[in-house]
Amino acid sequence: MKSFGHLDALESESIHIMREVAAACRNPALLFSGGKDSIVMLRLAEKAFRPCKFPFPLVHIDTGHNFPEVIETRDRLAASLGERLIVRSLEDSIRRGSIVIRNPDLPRNPYQSVTLLETIAEFGFDACLGGARRDEEKARAKERIFSFRDEFGQWDPKNQRPELWDIYNTRVHQGENIRVFPISNWTELDIWQYIEREKLHIPSIYYAHQRKVIRRGNAVIPVSNLVKPKSGETIEVLSVRFRTVGDMTCTAPVESDAISIGQIIEETAMARITERGATRMDDQTSEASMELRKKEGYF
Amino acid sequence: MSNTTQLLRFITAGSVDDGKSTLIGRLLFDAKSIFEDQYSAISLTSRKRGMESVDLSLLTDGLQAEREQGITIDVAYRYFATPRRKFIIGDTPGHEQYTRNMVTAASTANLIIILVDARRGVLVQTRRHTYLASLVGIPHIVLAVNKMDLVEYSESRYREICAEYLAFASQLGLHDVKCIPLSALSGDMLVDRGENLLWYQGPTLMEWLENVEIGHDLNTRDFRYPVQWICRPQTGTHHDFRGYMGRIASGEVSVGDPITVLPSGRTSHVLEISTYDGKLDVAHAPQSVAIRLTDEIDISRGDMLVKADNLPGVSTEFCAMLCWLSETPLDRNRKYLVKHTTRTVKCLFKSIDYRIDVNTLERHAGPAVNMNDIVHAVIRVQQPLAYDSYRKNRACGSFIVIDETTNDTVAAGMMD
Repeated sequence: MKSFGHLDALESESIHIMREVAAACRNPALLFSGGKDSIVMLRLAEKAFRPCKFPFPLVHIDTGHNFPEVIETRDRLAASLGERLIVRSLEDSIRRGSIVIRNPDLPRNPYQSVTLLETIAEFGFDACLGGARRDEEKARAKERIFSFRDEFGQWDPKNQRPELWDIYNTRVHQGENIRVFPISNWTELDIWQYIEREKLHIPSIYYAHQRKVIRRGNAVIPVSNLVKPKSGETIEVLSVRFRTVGDMTCTAPVESDAISIGQIIEETAMARITERGATRMDDQTSEASMELRKKEGYF
Repeated sequence: MSNTTQLLRFITAGSVDDGKSTLIGRLLFDAKSIFEDQYSAISLTSRKRGMESVDLSLLTDGLQAEREQGITIDVAYRYFATPRRKFIIGDTPGHEQYTRNMVTAASTANLIIILVDARRGVLVQTRRHTYLASLVGIPHIVLAVNKMDLVEYSESRYREICAEYLAFASQLGLHDVKCIPLSALSGDMLVDRGENLLWYQGPTLMEWLENVEIGHDLNTRDFRYPVQWICRPQTGTHHDFRGYMGRIASGEVSVGDPITVLPSGRTSHVLEISTYDGKLDVAHAPQSVAIRLTDEIDISRGDMLVKADNLPGVSTEFCAMLCWLSETPLDRNRKYLVKHTTRTVKCLFKSIDYRIDVNTLERHAGPAVNMNDIVHAVIRVQQPLAYDSYRKNRACGSFIVIDETTNDTVAAGMMD
């Protein structure tokens, strides 16, 4: 018997969850952003379903604030897998008037839920597979693998179905839907180890590169067409990499010289700040900000 | 950490007073799994609450909803890793919902740490936790005799508690019990041995978590393969491919093995075992694979492939221990659904034989079944299930009960 390590155990669990969704849900979708966790999700879907096609389309909710390298990876991966990619953008919701934003340059994560819910309604999805992990944040630590949303897409932490063994209750009422998180039990380190083992291609901005940044408080913020220095701020060029790749206006890189997955793993194993703590300014607004966003339908 | 690091899932049982949160906080802290931003957040809270040192128990503090409403949400999962193993902690708060929460968290655990306060010894709740651990069949138990600092690190006190506990555990048929004296507050015998328990020669808690043998926690004898999904690409090179996809629940299977399909009883042989990474000669639990058979027979999701010479029970009626999870009591006039492996069938509760008092382990008669009750029931299902006794095979002896109207998961079942 070949040795069955923790990555094998996590992988098998994730495949099992994806197949349950495929078998038990009427019209599922896989939320795919081009970030590292969703790239791992695609490899797991290949492992779960090949030689068949995926029994679901890939869906991306585009905030219009994404890094171009990530969008490029998204399109190339979907094309090379030969799978259907549905892109719906916040701009559409803004045009429709379902999203009203005060300043187009501010972070757009809070509005993502609106376009996601509109997309779910447009296609009638009853289940959305997402690449969230429980180690990311304490609200996620308490969320089930199969997480139920009411017709407003809301998560009710007090009213979750008990989840026992690997027997998942996949039943939903008309109008409700499920968010399913097959990599719930993976940590940031597991993700990197898996990317290394599977030799997965990830957007170049995950590796150390020279980037123009400005410092605000403790954070290092990338300069882009959306983020320009305010008066008194100066642009520096630093060697940085991204640990997460979200909205360009609120995703901060970390200083790093890691140019290989092996070096990233080393840095991750040594990291002294959580992934979201280091890189997501929108989660730091209040101690409970993720919890609030989840309740509003954020996946 | 290499790719062949094993995964161990454990839970802790004990009330807040036993130092459970401090123990988890300390394990995470000493295993260097506390990040600076988390640490500075709890330091700030500790100072706000007027504490002199950082209260590690705050690491397991809950959500805003819990803090505001004084409720606690059942299970939170936490992760840490050492060079030897990756760990998943199922953290359950101890309060009146305890039975339901503990059964939920225990269902996936390899090991349970049962905490006792060295001053108070084995209590009613210690017995309750131990009974539930035995009911759910957690393979390994650690009795953590905590707060040794408050009994002057007395060896005789420790031995007294262990002797009493081991006698109780053996009555329940639990034999893999490890007793460890410790102090979660000072850290003695958690990760470091400390200077105060020199008379204790056994492993620290962390050493035990890293080394306890878990290779046999899954049933390796009885091959059970619930079919999850059928892959028929019907294209090009895969024109004739019909793969039965699933996760091996227990045992192992080889190419050429004679196979029986349940509940139909049809037979065939294993033609091929494949994964995305290539074909296998042998596969074992808990691998997710695709199996092709030599004959074209009618197989659908919910069927189970087993070896022809090792069959499980197949029946439309079975007995089981049931833990009722729902606030709405069981209504015996109604039909429910049973989900067992990948098969979902309608069911009826034919009889409720007795209820177990989890504090005294006494059996009581009476048909009412309320939340947190543990009962023995006879259940009829509309179509036959292929199952093992839970004692012999956790993966094929467990099921959940679903209320068809609300879609809620209302009970967890373990077959006799």
